[in-house]
Amino acid sequence: MSTTKFEPTAEQIKEQRLYADMGMTDAEYDLAVEKLGRMPNWTEIGLFSVMWSEHCSYKKSKPVLRKFPTSGPQVLQGPGEGAGIVDIGDEQAVVFKMESHNHPSAIEPYQGAATGVGGIIRDVFSMGARPIAMLNSLRFGELKSARGKYLFEEVVAGIAGYGNCIGIPTVGGEVQFDPCYEGNPLVNAMCVGLIDHKDIQKGVAAGVGNTVMYVGAKTGRDGIHGATFSSEELSEEADEKRSAVQVGDPFMEKLLLEACLEVVKSDALVGIQDMGAAGLTSSSAEMASKAGTGVEMNLDLIPQRETGMTAYEMMLSESQERMLMVVKAGREDEIKVIFDKYDLDAVAVGRVTDDKMLRLIHNGEVVAEVLADALAEDAPVYIMPEAEPAYFAEYQAMENAEPAVTDYKETLSALLQAPTIASKEWVYDQYDYQVRTNTVVAPGSDAAVLRVRGTNKGLAMTTDCNSRYIYLDPTTGGKIAVAEAARNIVASGGKPLAITDCLNFGNPEKPEIFWQIQKSADGIAAACLALDAPVIGGNVSMYNERSGEAVYPTPTIGMVGLVQDLAHVTTQDVKNAGDIVYVIGETKTEFGGSELQKLVEGRIFGQAPTIDLDVEAKHQAQVLEAIQAGVVASAHDVSEGGLAVALVESTFAANGLGIQATLSGSATTALFSESQSRFVITVKPEHKEAFEKIATDATEIGVVTDDAKLTLNGDAGVLVEGSVEEFRSAWKGAIPCLLKSEA
Amino acid sequence: MKFAVLVFPGSNCDIDMYHAIKDELGEEVEYVWHTETSLEGFDGALVPGGFSYGDYLRCGAMANQSNIMTALKDFAAQGKPVLGVCNGFQILTESGLLPGALLRNKNLKFMCRTVTLKVENNNTLFTNQYAAGEEIQIPIAHGEGNYYCDDATLAQLQANNQIVFTYSGENPNGSLEDIAGIVNEQGNVLGMMPHPERAANEIVGGADGLKLFKSIVKQWREQHVNN
Amino acid sequence: MKKVKIYVTLKESILDPQGSAVQGSLHKIGYEEVADLRIGKYLEVTIADTDRDVDAIVKEMCEKVLTNTVIENYRYEIEEA
Repeated sequence: MSTTKFEPTAEQIKEQRLYADMGMTDAEYDLAVEKLGRMPNWTEIGLFSVMWSEHCSYKKSKPVLRKFPTSGPQVLQGPGEGAGIVDIGDEQAVVFKMESHNHPSAIEPYQGAATGVGGIIRDVFSMGARPIAMLNSLRFGELKSARGKYLFEEVVAGIAGYGNCIGIPTVGGEVQFDPCYEGNPLVNAMCVGLIDHKDIQKGVAAGVGNTVMYVGAKTGRDGIHGATFSSEELSEEADEKRSAVQVGDPFMEKLLLEACLEVVKSDALVGIQDMGAAGLTSSSAEMASKAGTGVEMNLDLIPQRETGMTAYEMMLSESQERMLMVVKAGREDEIKVIFDKYDLDAVAVGRVTDDKMLRLIHNGEVVAEVLADALAEDAPVYIMPEAEPAYFAEYQAMENAEPAVTDYKETLSALLQAPTIASKEWVYDQYDYQVRTNTVVAPGSDAAVLRVRGTNKGLAMTTDCNSRYIYLDPTTGGKIAVAEAARNIVASGGKPLAITDCLNFGNPEKPEIFWQIQKSADGIAAACLALDAPVIGGNVSMYNERSGEAVYPTPTIGMVGLVQDLAHVTTQDVKNAGDIVYVIGETKTEFGGSELQKLVEGRIFGQAPTIDLDVEAKHQAQVLEAIQAGVVASAHDVSEGGLAVALVESTFAANGLGIQATLSGSATTALFSESQSRFVITVKPEHKEAFEKIATDATEIGVVTDDAKLTLNGDAGVLVEGSVEEFRSAWKGAIPCLLKSEA
Repeated sequence: MKFAVLVFPGSNCDIDMYHAIKDELGEEVEYVWHTETSLEGFDGALVPGGFSYGDYLRCGAMANQSNIMTALKDFAAQGKPVLGVCNGFQILTESGLLPGALLRNKNLKFMCRTVTLKVENNNTLFTNQYAAGEEIQIPIAHGEGNYYCDDATLAQLQANNQIVFTYSGENPNGSLEDIAGIVNEQGNVLGMMPHPERAANEIVGGADGLKLFKSIVKQWREQHVNN
Repeated sequence: MKKVKIYVTLKESILDPQGSAVQGSLHKIGYEEVADLRIGKYLEVTIADTDRDVDAIVKEMCEKVLTNTVIENYRYEIEEA
């Protein structure tokens, strides 16, 4: 080994089991020896360990991912590339993906969140698409501890810092709070891009003799073994592995974005891939493996930010804002000219070969020579043992009971102040959600809607996941996560196109956790089929545990839908006094995992709300048809906190308007049950007949008033009566108030 | 009328400015990269928002060192209209084309929301389509929009009616005297933190900003009919 | 080679909300003695051997780019590197 640093020999690696520190098992080490036909040296074992980490290889989640439907006439690119692609007509397509950055955010929340945003943006523009929007799905503890508040404030600041600077609007997402996320917050970032079919790129190292080029920021020692780090549980010991945290440079990425979007117009470009997790290793090995070629790189040519870097360090660095490209031989200068304009490095570092090897040269010597497929394809696949946790049978046996409520108005007010329901204005006020001037529906309604400039179309987008339901009943909860996302898209006037998912779970080596993973994937798959929304990509984040305690199973769903005509764009806000208020869907006594249960009992238990996917699909079809027929004034899905919360939320942005409604049956259920497949719809009186003809499952419950009051009557008189303003101020003030209170 | 949209590395409201002129106003517009040395052939110059040079060192400080800024200073000296929005306003103060400086928002956070502005002076080439005292809804999106100048400068701004827009109702960022936008003494250079180009079409957040661009065009047409 | 240490601070008259926020936090956790706190910038510049007057060019850089004299003051130290 030609390096100035001490590096263990192949024998030492084996004898001292040094691979174990990199997260490899004995069996995996033996498999690597078998693939290589000899003992790997230090650089090579590094390559194997990152490429065979769960983060890069999905070795423990592959059997789960195979459950998902991934095709459909609309799908142009399913899982396997930087991001999935879906057709939207007119030779245009939408590109999107969601990814987790949980562990880095737990350690250094600002940079962890910022680099999460940066990484997912690169996945989208490496496909050749211009990123048009960001969404974020975040989970924190309940804002009671100083550390919890710090994590929340810094994650939001990191997302804002990166997204605002690079100039991509952050238009939506969700933030939920639960004690299970206290030590292990979840930070899932989703990026949506727009592309013309002809510009679609792939990450392939095709064409023997073509040139491999390195573009973007220089390589430093930051983030070495980040992929391995994210495949372990968090602990005090892991906190020491701080080198795994990278620092983002959104300005650099903005330049890289503009340069790459110019480069994809050139036919000199053959393939391009982000250097994300496992940096140079994954991009080079995967591009070669996908093309059935080899790649040879001279590491002396890699732009380096620090001196004396070894091959091992360069290959495992996760420095941000870098891309690997394959360019037609002889046309490197055309590419360089484009990067020069942006003062970026674009350096030829290697070439495509025909021997299927990833070969690395450093200081004039071959320092690694491994089959690209061995790294990218041959990781072992594990079928993990699963076991139904004891709590499940216990919860399933419980009767659905109403939590005890005495004062309905006070309860509604308390629910509005629960941080999961409370206004997220404190969050999105820090995000530039308007830059690029395409944001038709800004954060705060069911889904965000962006116009597609130059057309009359729109894209609706949302992220959803109620992990409490999934904890109680992962199959049902998985279905609900997809259904709720689709409900949000439909309520905004869009038809669901496809989903991306971020599967956040605890340690899959625990059979009870793996059972959660399997069951929730079953639920997601079933709902995807029923609602015609295939999975086009995503990522898996396991080991979300702190000191042995797992987070709730949280498979976050990111969904994009197509709004055929911007005239169909619908918001949750009621529009005119005199409009009729309807609810679609049946309300049952379902409180397992509900906000009311959490509020009253202080914990969650029992059965999750039930969902019938046929009914769900039928209700969504009715709502979308009514919206497209032009007979809907406002639409809002009923979710956390139930009908009372949905009704009052519909009045918050409608100046001077209110709602008067009559709800029959048991008051607590009518007001706060979280039964699924429900919408609140308002309709102008002149559209009553047309609406009822389409929405045959709608029940008239009241009217929009001009008194800025919420009046909810039950069978035996008034249940809730109050000014919209008092509810709104409770709802709006809750998060700022929690942040200000002393820990 | 032909507008130039200056583009610096890190500008990100350049596209918005371009489309506001082309699609909503219906005038000619071209991007001009920061390395260019001339604004020959343009009738108006727009310095867009964003994070030029990442806002590293100070907002607008490094953009001010670009080639195109020399051309912009000449252009302004000829009395031609120059509008700087958000980061563009910061660049104009850094360059000395406008007095004062923009400090961090008083709450230390980036803020994105629609605010109410009061048109304090409708007798400028940027505001002739507004009524005096008119209240308009324009979005803001900035972390450093807290306008500051010393007492003597403020007295001068007031005496010359150089304060064109103020925040009405809540002052979002702690700006001195609620200042949201000012012109230079000659009245042909306007800097403002709110984004009129984001308020040029009802479907994406209102159209109150469009009149600002219409004002520029009206003035220009009148001058060129008279000549 | 010279190492130049440049200290940039907000002028006295300019409100420093960041400094006030940090001061507030220090008070909260028991350091009530903190009477004032202002946050500035520190730049470390290494200058290669040159025939030009280093003091003059540092001053020029400060005035031209590194500080905004409307709101900031600066001082610097030049050391042998």
